[in-house]
Amino acid sequence: MSLEIGLKTKIEDLINSKDVFLFMKGNPDFPMCGFSSTASAILKKCGVEFGHCNVLDNEDVREGIKLYSNWPTIPQLYIKKEFIGGCDIMKEMAESGELLELLTTRGIATKIT
Amino acid sequence: MTIEQSQLENLLKRKFPDAKIKVEDLAGDNNHYSVFIESQVFNDLNRVQQHQLVYKSLDGLMDKELHAMQLQTKGK
Repeated sequence: MSLEIGLKTKIEDLINSKDVFLFMKGNPDFPMCGFSSTASAILKKCGVEFGHCNVLDNEDVREGIKLYSNWPTIPQLYIKKEFIGGCDIMKEMAESGELLELLTTRGIATKIT
Repeated sequence: MTIEQSQLENLLKRKFPDAKIKVEDLAGDNNHYSVFIESQVFNDLNRVQQHQLVYKSLDGLMDKELHAMQLQTKGK
C-alpha cells in the first residue's frame, strides 16, 4: 500500500508546521491513550512548544503516518522533520537526557519544568 | 485479537536466534507486552531502525494483534 501524494503533502505540511510535532491520539490537554499521554507529558516537561495532530480526528493521517515513517503505532514524534520515535524511544531519551540534548543542539528553546 | 505469550516468544526467538529475549505480560490480557531484545543485529542500527526491524519481524502483527508493545532493544 503506498502513500497517496495528497495525503503525503498533508502529512508533510503538518510536520513542517512546527520544529517539534507530535502525532497523537487526542490532544495534550485531553490525551486519549496512555502512550500519547506519556509522549505529550514528556514534551511538556521539556517546556518545549510543539504542534500536534489528533489522529482520531484524522483517520487518513492515522493510517498515512504509519506508511510515511514505516512505524506501525501512534504516537510519533518529529523534530525538525526527522522522525525520532514513538513512546518507548521518547521515554528512553527523556530518562537518559538525550531528548533535551537533541532539542538544544537543534536550536529549539526548552524550559525544564 | 491477541497473541499468546509463548507464541510471541517463539516468533521472536525464530527471528532473532542469537538474542537474549525477555517478554513480560503487562496486563494479563495477551495484548500488552513488554519486550526486551539484545542482539548483534542491532549493533549498527539507531534506535528507530532497531525497533523497525522488530516490528517488521512481527509480520504485520503490530497494531492489529498487539495494540501496544513496550519495546527495548540493545546491541551485543
